[in-house]
Amino acid sequence: MKILVCISHVPDTTSKINFTDGDSKFDTNGVNFVINPNDEFGLTRAMWFKEKQGASVDVVNVGGAETEPTLRKALAIGADNAIRVNTPATDGFQVAKQLAKVAKKGEYDLIIAGRESIDYNGGMVPGMLAAILDANFINTCISIEVEGDKATAIREIDGGKETLTASLPLVIGGQKGLVEESDLKIPNMRGIMQARKKPLNVVEPDEAPTQTEAVKFEKPAPKGDVKLVDPENLDELIDLLHNEAKAI
Amino acid sequence: MSVLVYTETEDGKFKKAAFEVASYAKEVAGGDEVVAVSFNATDASELAKYGVSKVLNIQNDKLSKFNAEAYADALKQAAQKEGSKIVVVSQSANSKYLAPLLAVHLNAGYASNVMAAPESTDPFTVKRSAFTNKAFNFTKITTDVKIVGLSQNAFGLKENEGDASVEDFSPELKDGDFSVNVESVDKAKDKVTIADAEVVVSGGRGLKGPENWGMIEEMADILGAATACSKPVSDMGWRPHSEHVGQTGKPVASNLYIAVGISGAIQHLAGINAAKTKVVINNDPEAPFFKAADYGVVGDAFEIVPKLNEKLKEFKAKNA
Repeated sequence: MKILVCISHVPDTTSKINFTDGDSKFDTNGVNFVINPNDEFGLTRAMWFKEKQGASVDVVNVGGAETEPTLRKALAIGADNAIRVNTPATDGFQVAKQLAKVAKKGEYDLIIAGRESIDYNGGMVPGMLAAILDANFINTCISIEVEGDKATAIREIDGGKETLTASLPLVIGGQKGLVEESDLKIPNMRGIMQARKKPLNVVEPDEAPTQTEAVKFEKPAPKGDVKLVDPENLDELIDLLHNEAKAI
Repeated sequence: MSVLVYTETEDGKFKKAAFEVASYAKEVAGGDEVVAVSFNATDASELAKYGVSKVLNIQNDKLSKFNAEAYADALKQAAQKEGSKIVVVSQSANSKYLAPLLAVHLNAGYASNVMAAPESTDPFTVKRSAFTNKAFNFTKITTDVKIVGLSQNAFGLKENEGDASVEDFSPELKDGDFSVNVESVDKAKDKVTIADAEVVVSGGRGLKGPENWGMIEEMADILGAATACSKPVSDMGWRPHSEHVGQTGKPVASNLYIAVGISGAIQHLAGINAAKTKVVINNDPEAPFFKAADYGVVGDAFEIVPKLNEKLKEFKAKNA
């Protein structure tokens, strides 16, 4: 089985979010970038397929050279090959188009992408990629098994879960549950050394139109101070929630 | 021109999100028509109250269970039949699943997590949440056909009394629409989901163990709320993953969020930032949650929550 894991290069979850250039660009100053957590759950599940079912695992990212350390980390975790499409990621559709080109060429059986990136939260790349490839698609996947050319997946739905089956090729939008937090691998020294020697192929982008444009960013208005209520006077809390916040 | 909305149902009845996307579409449409697409709805005319003037109701047993590809195909055919330039969907798990498929099929630009009516319609610019609610992002959709994914509770319900015609609509579905097969659905009945809830009651590590969740569930019962939890709690297996809210869990956009024994890690606060009113109960006055909350009680949750539950019961009895 050939697996492709799509990797987003995102600010780590503790980053302070600021903008520059008249609030038109994300300020990367002092920001530590990581593998998008939703992608990392998928990558770790792909490692399981590699160990148990002899799958080969490639990773791909659409982005400039600054994203290569993130791809190297994926190689250190155990991916076999990395591919970088050499163009900035501008919108979900453009990224899906670039990924589709790589996916077609590699004839992958299973393509795993995070359900959304934690920076733009678009949540559209996996589905768009599947639609462009005319491949089956399962979103918010919390479990995936493959036997022959049949996959069985569990999808998180509002208030529960759903079991689905589909034949390969399949694209999934992954998230926590594909593996547990405790299954995530911190690359060891051997992995890091090996990763240096593994291929990281840079491919040039296709012409791909964008459909959306992020024109401006804004931070939420600063919040007023918390109103503290005395634990001996919980009637006040109920009164505030009812009359002031109109929340109950 | 018309604005098309995907109005979701559950067991034939419209969800609140259906009325919210309809309200939003009416605002965007101005004088133009709002056309709704519903699947196996029992009373499609209910949508008239929220500004829908035409409902394409699909009655098809093959579509009794949600199927992203088939639903997206049906919506595509409806949009093309009606010449719709704007399609509005909610941000439920199902809508988020089908929207990117529909976007490719309609060659439409898609903006997700939209927080408000468009900033401008020409160019078409919407405000959406990004960086897991740590920022907003104004996105311009440049395609002819546009898809808006409206965040839950972001716009609210607006009544717009009128008449709606209900038409039977039978899209032509292909075998390929059913190539992902739903084998079984495992869903708690009569339980409010985090996505649909007006109120969410959430517990953290401060509750010391899963055996202490009774008072959280009791509060949720009194308030008709969904229960949720912090990441460490789901990681330790005290509560199911489906209850984990935060950056890598579920987002919360309810009217009220009550956090008990949750210190408020930045990833947690990001995930619940869209909740309108936040209450924290914690014994540590230095807990970061107090900076993010509207109302706080400093003290022992094991004393406060049972007392608060009694008072909430009295309040509900009086205000029922």
